[in-house]
Amino acid sequence: MKSVYVKKSLLHFILIVGVIISLGPFYWMIVGATNPSGDVLSFPPKIIPGNYLMENLTSLSEAIPIMQALFNSAVIAVIFVITSLLVCSMAGYAFAKFKFKGSNVVFSSFLLAMMIPYQATIIPLFQIFGALDWINTYHAVILPQICYPFAIFLIRQNMKGIPDSMIEAARIDGAGEISIFFKLALPTMKPALAAVGIFLFTHQWNNFMWPLIVMTTSDKYTLPVALSTLAGLNSVDYGQLMLGTAISVLPIMVVFLVLQKHFVSGILGGSVKE
Amino acid sequence: MDNVAKKSESKPYKKGFITPKTAPYIFILPAVLLFLAFTVYPIIASFLLSFQTRVGGVYSFSGLDNYVRLFSDPIFYKALGNTFILLIVQVPIMLFFALLLAVFLNAKLLNMRGFYRVSFFTPAVTSLVAASIIFILLLNSDYGLVNYILTSIGLEKVNWLTDGFWAKVSLIIVTTWRWTGYNMVILLAGLQNIPNDLYEAASIDGASSIRKFFYITIPQLKPVLLFCFVLSTIGTFQLFDEPYNLTSGGPNNATLTITYYLYNQGFGYFDFGYASAIAYVIVLFIAILSWLQFKVVKDD
Repeated sequence: MKSVYVKKSLLHFILIVGVIISLGPFYWMIVGATNPSGDVLSFPPKIIPGNYLMENLTSLSEAIPIMQALFNSAVIAVIFVITSLLVCSMAGYAFAKFKFKGSNVVFSSFLLAMMIPYQATIIPLFQIFGALDWINTYHAVILPQICYPFAIFLIRQNMKGIPDSMIEAARIDGAGEISIFFKLALPTMKPALAAVGIFLFTHQWNNFMWPLIVMTTSDKYTLPVALSTLAGLNSVDYGQLMLGTAISVLPIMVVFLVLQKHFVSGILGGSVKE
Repeated sequence: MDNVAKKSESKPYKKGFITPKTAPYIFILPAVLLFLAFTVYPIIASFLLSFQTRVGGVYSFSGLDNYVRLFSDPIFYKALGNTFILLIVQVPIMLFFALLLAVFLNAKLLNMRGFYRVSFFTPAVTSLVAASIIFILLLNSDYGLVNYILTSIGLEKVNWLTDGFWAKVSLIIVTTWRWTGYNMVILLAGLQNIPNDLYEAASIDGASSIRKFFYITIPQLKPVLLFCFVLSTIGTFQLFDEPYNLTSGGPNNATLTITYYLYNQGFGYFDFGYASAIAYVIVLFIAILSWLQFKVVKDD
């Protein structure tokens, strides 16, 4: 009995150390965001949150249009998730519930594309958007990834669970193919769509390299690009910088804490499991 | 147009354009068009670009020139070497910690499992840019918290971001911090799928916990571990956000990764032909390494 108790305490001790390492940097971000730069960068550093938040916010907004960046990130992520979910679930539905010529070839090409790193596409993409004069626009960030093979794959796996008899019955009742998809297939898929949607949202919210390349003026920057620019300035004010970081991290963290089960099932292939 | 759509909805079998035969093609059409425009075309175009150089603003075919140049480019070798160092050092460290945490969280006697899982996964939802920036502050050599802790236990300050060796260590620390929980979640799901009777049978035979770990857990977990290895290998070859924001690839290219070098060539010097050649070297390495990893596991 005693040895179980010792074992358990030791286990908790190790895991708590792990939690401190995982979450400590976020605490430090909050300390930095609420103190003047000088207080954090002093020896010994101040280690409790201060009351300098508003001052940091004012100077941050003067340094870079951070609220505009927050807006850009939100609009891009939301439009991306909606369009991508629509396009990918239509395709996933077709692959799961229809037998048609070419289905295997197309689906295999999607899967193969998942193995090819995005670096192989980034330069021609830049040329395409340059030729269309679409550099520095929202759609330049959104369009290239709407057809997201991993999402199609996950949705197809889940759509397979819809009984054929249900679809056939709807057809006999006179429902059209489009309305079967929207009124029957999609509603049964809500948990899977939530998981895939959150996965896509996180992906786009944190996306950096491509927005860095195509967004060229500060009024179009997404949060990661704005932060990176701010960190690259010669005179870095850490109070500003940590507040900017907090603004980019906290929204996604709140979404994660509220919907954490869907997050995990998103990376595990859409299977919701305890 | 509107009329036709409505009609076909009410009488799907008789008339109209959208029938069970044509429907799947209509459903995949948007995905296919986007895929052709933004994936297939760029993959082919950059392959062709990798055999072209720009002369007076116009790209023309120049055979293997870009690839020849690549193999005598010392900075390319440096970037490739850095990438391999990260692959060999960072990926095993990270997966070791991920596996350890997953095994601990899977222990029967543990309570508060949900709390731990959420805590360890939280870094994985933060952007790599934000993670790098938080660590710039933590690892600041004069005033950073890490050096403060080091000096208060009697150790020397470390030039985390400005010394070639320690800059690599910093990059490893940030990457490991960001991705360990992500891999842990995948491994934990794998552990939970191992049938319990295997362990029970081993217990009856008197096997110790450590024996059970090496003779049951590891072999059963192999496919999942392989999956994590392949994902991390691909991730290492795509490493860009962290070195760009943490160290700008420096000092003296000590943290320049292969994808970062591609970015510099493509969008610093706008040498699209050369950058495309680098992209295809990345594709090749990822393909070879993924294949090797699959083969190693299969042969065992």
